[in-house]
Amino acid sequence: MKPYLRDKIPVGFEEIPDAPAYEAGYLVTKNAGWRNKRPVINSQKCVGCLRCYMYCPDGVIYKKDGKVDIDYDFCKGCEICRKVCKIGAIEMEAEK
Amino acid sequence: MALNAKTLSDEEYFYGHKACAGCGGSLAVRMALKVLGENSVAVLPAGCMSAVGFNFPQLCFSNNAIISTFAGTASMLTGIEAGLRAQGITDFHAVGFAGDGGTADIGIQALSGAIDRNDNIIYICYDNEAYMNTGIQKSSLTPFGARTTTTPAGENIRGNLRPKKNMFEIVAAHDIPYAATASIGYIDDFINKVEKASKINGTKYIHVIAPCPTGWGVATDETVDIAKEVVDCGLWYLAEYEDGGYKLNYRPKKFTDAADYLKRQGRFKHLTDDDIDIIKASRDKKWAYIDKNFK
Ligand SMILES: Cc1ncc(C[n+]2csc(CCOP(=O)(O)OP(=O)(O)O)c2C)c(N)n1
Ligand code: SF4
Ligand code: SF4
Ligand code: SF4
Ligand SMILES: [Mg+2]
Repeated sequence: MKPYLRDKIPVGFEEIPDAPAYEAGYLVTKNAGWRNKRPVINSQKCVGCLRCYMYCPDGVIYKKDGKVDIDYDFCKGCEICRKVCKIGAIEMEAEK
Repeated sequence: MALNAKTLSDEEYFYGHKACAGCGGSLAVRMALKVLGENSVAVLPAGCMSAVGFNFPQLCFSNNAIISTFAGTASMLTGIEAGLRAQGITDFHAVGFAGDGGTADIGIQALSGAIDRNDNIIYICYDNEAYMNTGIQKSSLTPFGARTTTTPAGENIRGNLRPKKNMFEIVAAHDIPYAATASIGYIDDFINKVEKASKINGTKYIHVIAPCPTGWGVATDETVDIAKEVVDCGLWYLAEYEDGGYKLNYRPKKFTDAADYLKRQGRFKHLTDDDIDIIKASRDKKWAYIDKNFK
């Protein structure tokens, strides 16, 4: 399972834990806004070699139907996936 | 069977973190945790990986994880391992992720102590070759010639004057059960070393080169490529220490030009041809040693 965005963002002292511990994998903000360009996978070309999946520092590329897809909420647009794809199945598109 | 993209777990345990785009350290942490799984207890001292992973309420580790004192990565791992064992829990990995500064400078005493006691822990040093989280200061793992904010490049002194500390062989000299070098540019080699370490009893140490685009002065898409090139040009090597002996895992047939590797990085732009010759000579000396002493 991919970690996901929670609905509830703790605000205010009563919601912040007393002990310095909290639920693991609790995500409340996206990283999508860091991107100027987004990687787009051409699923016609993709051969499912999984190189992009292995090398994405953010782990946002996941397996899907023998190929791959991207969780755009957390992709930072670093372009490593585009660079490691040996057959050029990933292209960058400007974010509008 | 060797671990690969197909056999590795699909789960992600380091997700939504705030590392810079293209951060090599975050790839090392991500991949190691995919190998070690949900029952890993991760210890992270001060450094980029703790800074980007724990920003309450954004908590990016899906396994148990804790920030240690800067010097205390290994001693906290010791305590976690002993504490879980005392509770009768056996199915876990106590794993540390510390930077080069947190390992070779600040945490070396605690690490040495843990190896001496042969505590059953995995210590991973993600080496980005400087104190990155505080803005690129030299550590003892910064290579010769690199410009950092504390080793500036001017007319007389051109970056760091000292060679990179040989942490791998310092650790091996303790006669540790398992130590290895790795690079995120050779990710299959790295994950298989993590997997191997997870099955060995006693202290394990893996030293993985993890480029930092921000501190090295390269584009965000170059991280993986440059982590591969540093091995291909012979300035880093993939090796293991086990059963009292060294083993080389990969010998490039012919080194690529180290000058190309250096010149593409902002931190080495100032180097002269003479400086580069010094670097190549020390590389060749190292490889003469490796060829003589490593299997
Ligand atoms: C005892 C102590 N000294 C100094 C600091 C400040 N500090 C926080 S992170 C950091 C840099 C860590 O460098 P490194 O271990 O190489 O990890 P990186 O940030 O490069 O990932 C420093 C100096 C601290 N938090 N605690
Ligand atoms: S651009 Fe970077 S963060 Fe986004 S999917 Fe590609 S490798 Fe991952
Ligand atoms: S690297 Fe390219 S071909 Fe391979 S899975 Fe990714 S997009 Fe498909
Ligand atoms: S400064 Fe470097 S090591 Fe730190 S998060 Fe950014 S890329 Fe990663
Ligand atoms: Mg560092």
